[in-house]
Amino acid sequence: MKIRLLPRITRWHPIATTLILAGTLAAIARFTYGLGATTNLSDEFPWGLWIGFDFLGIGLAASGFTIVAAVHLFHAKEYEPIVRPAILTAFIGYMLVVLVLILDLGRPDHFWHPLVMWNPHSVMCEISWCLMLYTSVLSLEFAPIVLERFNILWPIKWIHAISLPLMIFGVLLSTLHQSSFGSLYLIVPNRLHALWYTPLLPVLFFISCLASGISMILLESLIFSRGGRDLLPTRLRANLAKVIAVILALYFVVRVENLLARGAWHDLTTVTYFSLAFYAEMLIGFVIPFGLLVVERVRNSRRGLYAASLLVVVGFALNRMNTAITGLENYPAQTYFPSMIEIFIMLGITALGFSAFSFVVKHLPIFEPVAVTPRVRQEAVTARPEPVFLTRHGGDLESS
Amino acid sequence: MLIDLTVCVGCNVCQGACKEENQLPPSEEKYLSLTAYTALSKYNDLYIRRMCQHCDVPTCVSVCPVAALSKADTGPVAYDAEKCIGCRYCLQACPYHVPKYEWSSTRPRIQKCKFCAPRLAKGLQPACAEACPTGATVFGERDELLLEAARRVSAEPTKYVPRIYGKDDVGGTSMLYLSPVPFEQLGFDARLGKIPMPMLTMSALSKVPNVLSVGGVMLGGIWWITNRRTEVAAFEASEKKGETPRPEDKP
Repeated sequence: MKIRLLPRITRWHPIATTLILAGTLAAIARFTYGLGATTNLSDEFPWGLWIGFDFLGIGLAASGFTIVAAVHLFHAKEYEPIVRPAILTAFIGYMLVVLVLILDLGRPDHFWHPLVMWNPHSVMCEISWCLMLYTSVLSLEFAPIVLERFNILWPIKWIHAISLPLMIFGVLLSTLHQSSFGSLYLIVPNRLHALWYTPLLPVLFFISCLASGISMILLESLIFSRGGRDLLPTRLRANLAKVIAVILALYFVVRVENLLARGAWHDLTTVTYFSLAFYAEMLIGFVIPFGLLVVERVRNSRRGLYAASLLVVVGFALNRMNTAITGLENYPAQTYFPSMIEIFIMLGITALGFSAFSFVVKHLPIFEPVAVTPRVRQEAVTARPEPVFLTRHGGDLESS
Repeated sequence: MLIDLTVCVGCNVCQGACKEENQLPPSEEKYLSLTAYTALSKYNDLYIRRMCQHCDVPTCVSVCPVAALSKADTGPVAYDAEKCIGCRYCLQACPYHVPKYEWSSTRPRIQKCKFCAPRLAKGLQPACAEACPTGATVFGERDELLLEAARRVSAEPTKYVPRIYGKDDVGGTSMLYLSPVPFEQLGFDARLGKIPMPMLTMSALSKVPNVLSVGGVMLGGIWWITNRRTEVAAFEASEKKGETPRPEDKP
């Protein structure tokens, strides 16, 4: 089956190169002239586009822990083909966020301070620790793919030996910091608009990252396919889609119930900047994709799934940007629109991420069936590149 | 410090003294800035002196990931630029919008009222309190100032609104205000409440150890059960076929 009907970006290389160059120049300007001259941030609006981008990057990288947990901890082995793409996505996502954070910090030369100067009361301190530890975990999870490419097999054994505690640790760290990004805003009830501020922010951030992470990996599995064959059989893709629908429904119920309980729904009865932003994020990211995904025909169709997952990802982006920007324009009455330099740095880093992804995919066996032990894997790698795909009976690769 | 708005005449000597003490450019400023750690703003005929509140449970101290901000027992919330990483969470979180950031610098710091910590250490009053000619700003022990404020309010109940701002707002602050009109009319945030802001994030952070321990055991348990199930299934399948099970499949 040849894969058609999905929009493709043409002339990606010149576009990416331009964006990365522009981003690099913008970054040089930021370091030369300081944050004040190059961004639209201010005392009233100290966090802007870049913080929103951090939320986005980390949230879309959530597949790194959900898929690993599903396959290796819950033994849903039939999803093994998407483990590597998920780990790669997460790894790149986290690297980009670290890069943005370093650009965003007023004193990037002090970025290591949270490691030695603790403050257990600070959500930011907890996030720094989680980010650092989880990026290390991801590096270890990703390392075998690189090592086996260069046929250095002995460290893989060691990583394999600690893989179970490592994976459990990774899942826990992700749970913590995915929700902690929401906790960051718990301390600004006076600033953040009531449509977004709720004591449940950490819970909502966690639930929504599950949906966006899986949608992201679904998108990748649809876009990248090897030899014209799908990474996952239609049935498994449809199952993932069902999982997304359930998470979306759960999010919707918790969010709306909470709005009703806090009385914040009053803000939705009038047409304002805030209520429109809220409706946009809820419709695009939650209601419409849920409506699509409950239809079996959509779940079984490539285009349908593509559209629905894309909506989830876009709605998720809106939700995070609304929390980080729109909701804070509420108080003190303050508007913020990112400067060109902020935008170029963000676009450049995004382009860098996509380029890194396609580079790694080209040179490392990411979209391939995976065997389990290093020995078997080595054979799989050196053998003729005839991908073995899963049977419909869900036979796992360990036994095949 | 106790600031009685009924006594303030708006002479702005406090700002001058503050600027001299902190070696800041001596221009008159209406709002808090990098060069004004205190400022007088006018509401009708009242002058309201603004500065860092030096909260008892400071939001900025709780959010700082590197503990660059700290609260001293003697009152001041101090800042250590050597530790600061520039995350600006303090600017975002401060309920009074006090910290100001050196946006134009490539090695930016925050600036705010220091409660004249070096003077306090020498047994002196803060510069502004010492300079105040009318006694609108009085320095002293917080407990004594609270008693004094309560005495003033009960002595002249028609002159003051029956509230000492800062007594228990966001858990209490070192700066206490008395006013003849409701504080909401003077630009004071009335929505802040009495619970210290750091409690809001502590409720989430305190769950971290539980998530780690309970989550770790739970995930380990799930792995064990699902792994065992696969093993048993493989064993049964091989038994049915009458084959000898592979050694690694043995339950």
